[in-house]
Amino acid sequence: MESSITIRDLELSFGAVEVLKNLNLDIGQGEFLVLLGSSGCGKSTLLNCIAGLLDVTDGQIFIQGRNVTWEEPSDRGIGMVFQSYALYPQMTVEGNLSFGLKNAGFSKSEIAERIDRAAKVLQIEPLLKRKPGALSGGQRQRVAIGRALVRDVDVFLFDEPLSNLDAKLRTDLRAEIKELHKRLRNTMIYVTHDQIEAMTLADRIAIMRDGKILQLASPKEIYNRPASKYVAEFIGSPSMNFFDGKIGENGQSFACDAGTFSLNGYQFGEGGAQDGTAWLGIRPEHIAVGTEAKTMPIQLEASVQHVEPLGSDTLVRVLIGDRRLWVRIDGQSEVADGDALNIGFDPAMANIFDKTSETRL
Amino acid sequence: MASKRPNQLFRNMNAKVSAIPMIVTALFVFVGGTAWTIVYSFTKSGLLPRMKWIGLDQYERLWGTKRWLIAIENLAIYGLSMLVLVFVIGFILAALIDQKIRFENTVRTVILYPYAMSFVVTGLVWQWILNPEFGVQNIMRGLGWQSFTFDPLYNAEIAIFGVLIAGLWQGSGLVMVLMLAGLRGIDQEVWKASRVDGIPAWKTYIFIVIPMMRPVFITTLVLVVTGIVKVFDLIVAQTGGGPGIATEVPAKYVYDMMFRNNNLGQGFAASTMMLVTVAIIVVPWAILEFGGKKNNG
Repeated sequence: MESSITIRDLELSFGAVEVLKNLNLDIGQGEFLVLLGSSGCGKSTLLNCIAGLLDVTDGQIFIQGRNVTWEEPSDRGIGMVFQSYALYPQMTVEGNLSFGLKNAGFSKSEIAERIDRAAKVLQIEPLLKRKPGALSGGQRQRVAIGRALVRDVDVFLFDEPLSNLDAKLRTDLRAEIKELHKRLRNTMIYVTHDQIEAMTLADRIAIMRDGKILQLASPKEIYNRPASKYVAEFIGSPSMNFFDGKIGENGQSFACDAGTFSLNGYQFGEGGAQDGTAWLGIRPEHIAVGTEAKTMPIQLEASVQHVEPLGSDTLVRVLIGDRRLWVRIDGQSEVADGDALNIGFDPAMANIFDKTSETRL
Repeated sequence: MASKRPNQLFRNMNAKVSAIPMIVTALFVFVGGTAWTIVYSFTKSGLLPRMKWIGLDQYERLWGTKRWLIAIENLAIYGLSMLVLVFVIGFILAALIDQKIRFENTVRTVILYPYAMSFVVTGLVWQWILNPEFGVQNIMRGLGWQSFTFDPLYNAEIAIFGVLIAGLWQGSGLVMVLMLAGLRGIDQEVWKASRVDGIPAWKTYIFIVIPMMRPVFITTLVLVVTGIVKVFDLIVAQTGGGPGIATEVPAKYVYDMMFRNNNLGQGFAASTMMLVTVAIIVVPWAILEFGGKKNNG
């Protein structure tokens, strides 16, 4: 795949504080990449570097094969959408869309044509004469996307565009952004701290922490085979359950205070099996209960501590000794506080992390 | 349980009681005093107010007095120049300080410092600075430029601009601080968006940032204009209205008439004219700003 954006050895420091550390990234033509991480991980900073809004300390950025490391944002062939919409409040929607183009010296007919096209795609034609103050949050963000659209660029950058919207609008606009990407096939980089946005939108997710990319993979891969314990905990809600214990018998078994589990069926990573202390993680949805639990290779006895019915499914917090686990079960199940519950899981669905390096084994 | 609706008069008693002194002051001092002044401006009051009606005589005399006409002209020159320049200088200083400079606090304090001085001190300082014997002219001649002449306060034609310099020196800091607060209130993402759009910084300021700062501009405008209309102590301290009557202003005319020339009626007439002028400016603006549309965001 030809790459649309290439980042080589990127570093950024503010004084003594290193925000981005030796960062490398290749983004394919037409790819939807999501930068995901908790606040302060450097994801927005990275996006601002790509946009040219921050000067990098070291390293290089290529967009469409051109070295743009020291180019102005407007010369990089990017369009950007911001969390606060950043519309020009005293101009009409049309003015917002056309201001940059007018300034770049496009002809009137060209500008009108581009605005027309963008307005059709985003269904904001009836709003063109209004000012941003008279628009709802969702409409404003659509106009902001339109402002990136009329620039007719190869790369779209989104900086937490949905964070200021309420939950329902967020879901709607998320789907629209996905549709837009399908239709335009532009390269898109999308920054968010919301894992659902990341999972639903991304072709690939880059999970960031402390200015580094911890894992860069498809949403499925990140969900099923997280590269480290941090990634495993970050993705999924409620987060993964962990047992701490020891791998023994050349990777055949895992011993912890809840018992000794056979690891038959678990796929070790490239490093292969290593005996030693480790974390075994299992997602709440991969734990079976009741009769289904009887068919699982690993079976445990637990008691229900409390129940959170969500409608579609139910979250159950169970106790094994004094170890607490989250279990996700069918929404129609009848479970009450204090019940005894058989639970079980398949080691093939588990992930094991080395205790010291916290990387997946 | 039958509970009676409490008497509306006694609701929020604390707030009502504490507002009374200000309401009384406003009614008696501002409204009452203003009305009294206007009424007595139609009388022949001299040293003491006397209810001897003479109609518009005081006004006719006022508009026939050269000193008053010069005072009005000076106020117009000083006011317009001050208004334009203080905004331009204040905004440019604020925009410069907003470029993430070092020692911002120090610079800001230095520029705002003149505002902490009274007009009397400002007037005296600039009287000395502009004095040919001690000030700028003397220094430049001392450096060897013998033909250098800079004595605005001694030239009736331009003396009012000497006052203007002092006024600007004093007032720019406040405008800068207000503008800086306004600039800091602009969402940084708007700046980023305009950079991505490729709009040069000066255009962003003029077409995007300044219109967004409208509320700050209005606040500043009110402060600056009231400062201009009531300018008095600066003139008294710096020039005493001179040379001759070259730097007279309306407020000083009112003061002189009332307390030096024992001509209360004439002073009242002059101050009524000042009120009318301010009202002509303020009333239409207030109607535009506060009347009609209630919910502009």
